[in-house]
Amino acid sequence: MTAAEPLPVAAPAPDVPVSHVDPFSVDVLTDPLPFQAALRDAGPVQYLAAHDLYAMGRYAEVRAALTDWQRFCSSAGVGLSNFRREEPWRPPSLLLEADPPHHDAPRRVLSAILGPRALRRWRDRWFAAAVEHVDALLGTGGGPVEVDGMTALAEAFPLRVFPDAVGIAREGREHLLPYGEYLFNAFGPHNELVAAGAVEAGEHAAWVNGQCTRATLAAEGFGADIWAAADRGDLTAEQAPLVVRSLLSAGVDTTVHGLGWVLHGMATHPDQWALYRSDDSRRRVCFDEAVRWGSPVQTFFRTAEVDVPVGDTVVPEGSKILLYLGSANHDPRHWDAPERFDLRRDPSGHVGFGFGLHQCVGQHVARLEADALLAALADRVERIEPAGEPVRRANNTMREWASLPLRLHPR
Amino acid sequence: MTSLVVTAKDVVADGVVALTLARPDGGRLPDWTPGAHVDLTLGSGETRQYSLCGDRWDPSSYRVAVLREPDGRGGSRYVHDVLAVGDPVELGGPRNHFPLVPAPRYRFVAGGIGVTPLLPMIAAAEVLGADWSLLYGGRRRASMAFLDELPAGHATVVPQDEAGLLPLASWLGTVDDDTVVYACGPAPLLAAVEALVPAARLRTERFTTTEIAAPVRDTPFTVELARSGTTVTVDASVSVLEAMRREGATTLSSCERGTCGTCETTVLAGVPDHRDQVLADHERAAGDCMLPCVSRAATDHLVLDL
Ligand code: FES
Repeated sequence: MTAAEPLPVAAPAPDVPVSHVDPFSVDVLTDPLPFQAALRDAGPVQYLAAHDLYAMGRYAEVRAALTDWQRFCSSAGVGLSNFRREEPWRPPSLLLEADPPHHDAPRRVLSAILGPRALRRWRDRWFAAAVEHVDALLGTGGGPVEVDGMTALAEAFPLRVFPDAVGIAREGREHLLPYGEYLFNAFGPHNELVAAGAVEAGEHAAWVNGQCTRATLAAEGFGADIWAAADRGDLTAEQAPLVVRSLLSAGVDTTVHGLGWVLHGMATHPDQWALYRSDDSRRRVCFDEAVRWGSPVQTFFRTAEVDVPVGDTVVPEGSKILLYLGSANHDPRHWDAPERFDLRRDPSGHVGFGFGLHQCVGQHVARLEADALLAALADRVERIEPAGEPVRRANNTMREWASLPLRLHPR
Repeated sequence: MTSLVVTAKDVVADGVVALTLARPDGGRLPDWTPGAHVDLTLGSGETRQYSLCGDRWDPSSYRVAVLREPDGRGGSRYVHDVLAVGDPVELGGPRNHFPLVPAPRYRFVAGGIGVTPLLPMIAAAEVLGADWSLLYGGRRRASMAFLDELPAGHATVVPQDEAGLLPLASWLGTVDDDTVVYACGPAPLLAAVEALVPAARLRTERFTTTEIAAPVRDTPFTVELARSGTTVTVDASVSVLEAMRREGATTLSSCERGTCGTCETTVLAGVPDHRDQVLADHERAAGDCMLPCVSRAATDHLVLDL
């Protein structure tokens, strides 16, 4: 296309409210709640002119669309890019970016490997690792300790247990976080966040891909389990490394930022930390309430497989639709006082892990990591308080903290 | 437990009826994959397993096919002679013990009503672009269901009264490493296939009409929450999860359809009636945990670690 040719003018469907705000501007990314409220108030669906895109932000519609894989497909990409028109930056995920029937076998295999019962063999090890981790952090002085909650806890603990559980090499693990950071940026538009990461993305991706082969994976772990499934014929030898890659792509940053939101919640709501420590029955909901409240994964996209009626309008076939998980988790039409981090709430049904066929297959892994770390903290730390201004990091998909200065008061 | 209604009942071959089932409100049914079956509890009180043989792209209806078995325990006769459009049916599942594994080439072998789980597999193979073929045997052409739904050119249909027994050995030939054979039908057919195909290349499902071991009760039972000391009565109108919530117990849940595993709860006493898609058979048999969003009790009383 030459500069003289006019760009095709995207025409929104009639009767659809239009917004000209760019949800991927740094301002919105670092403070998304006002945009979300406007999106929900505009109606069940809004047209975002900045990206020729439809967006849903209300709980009911987001959940229904996540469930309806027949009309809201994933194989055209779950980011802004439409794989039917654009080449994806990496070979598509066999889970996230696939529809039935292609999705069936990888999902079946991974659900079994990451199911609650299969995880029992890691439970004691992870709880012990968390105790060791927290003990080392608190030291022997007995006084309050200042840490960056992100680096010292939210990043360090998952990086301590999860890569071992997958069975990848020790060397090079520093690629994991930036790989995830780039991957989640790449679901958005080609803005400066993507440009900034693109320089090193290839190197991170090459390292991650190198970890997925049978030869490099440890004999015990999720990676070995995936290759064992290939040996049984439940996956092909071509699928196995991509399924391992899914673990490394989706299993690190998400948990890290989920933990970030728990820690931020506890630091800013001391009563909730007291409740967590004193009432066992609230422990099971804690991580999920943080995932609802912070919604570390804010958005995923679908593509309309057919014309889909939504509210008073019709989303035309082939359109990209942004499903605003973070907004659905804060929809006052569904939640009482959604802005409150509240362990007394039952967060069941939140869409922070997605919903339906593609709901996060690693959710039990993330919960177990969180349970281990929080239990160790609860045993040893009486109070968690802010020790400075927390710092945001903009990401096209994730709602993240770059830094969470915390003061931990040992009991 | 989900209640469905029969929305259509069609004779699809001599002695075979297809039932179309939907929710009374027409809403979305739980997702399923090719090879899956459902447990249906009919008005006669019996629970039977049937392979889903409809279109998974239709989210609001299921189709199953039922062969009349004059010697059976009565479930099939009830479906053929009594069950009518508009009647309620209780649903358990779907669950899948016969999943389609990825392969470049599939050879499907069906005996009689055993064709049912293979129909959605054939639809999947078409979408996947896999090479596939079907060998389908039955007593008489008129007794063989769904002949009109088989894509032309891939199916070899062998009615026994016209062409004798299935030419298994010649049709299968040598099964190479790119091929997976799926067979469903009566035991002698499966035995014949097993003799010809290496175990690693073969997936089978025995077509049986065994009743499910656990009695599925529709009478109320009680659930004791051991940690809080409360007891709830659960009747047919609510799930165990709902009943516990009414008592103020928080159990984290997500899908509420027995697919995600989030609500897993430890069972201290009593026998759960598992209706989920998460637990493996040995885990069900152990009886020490359940998914209360869909599962119920086989005994009068359950004690849960809550
Ligand atoms: S809530 Fe998903 S299995 Fe019960």
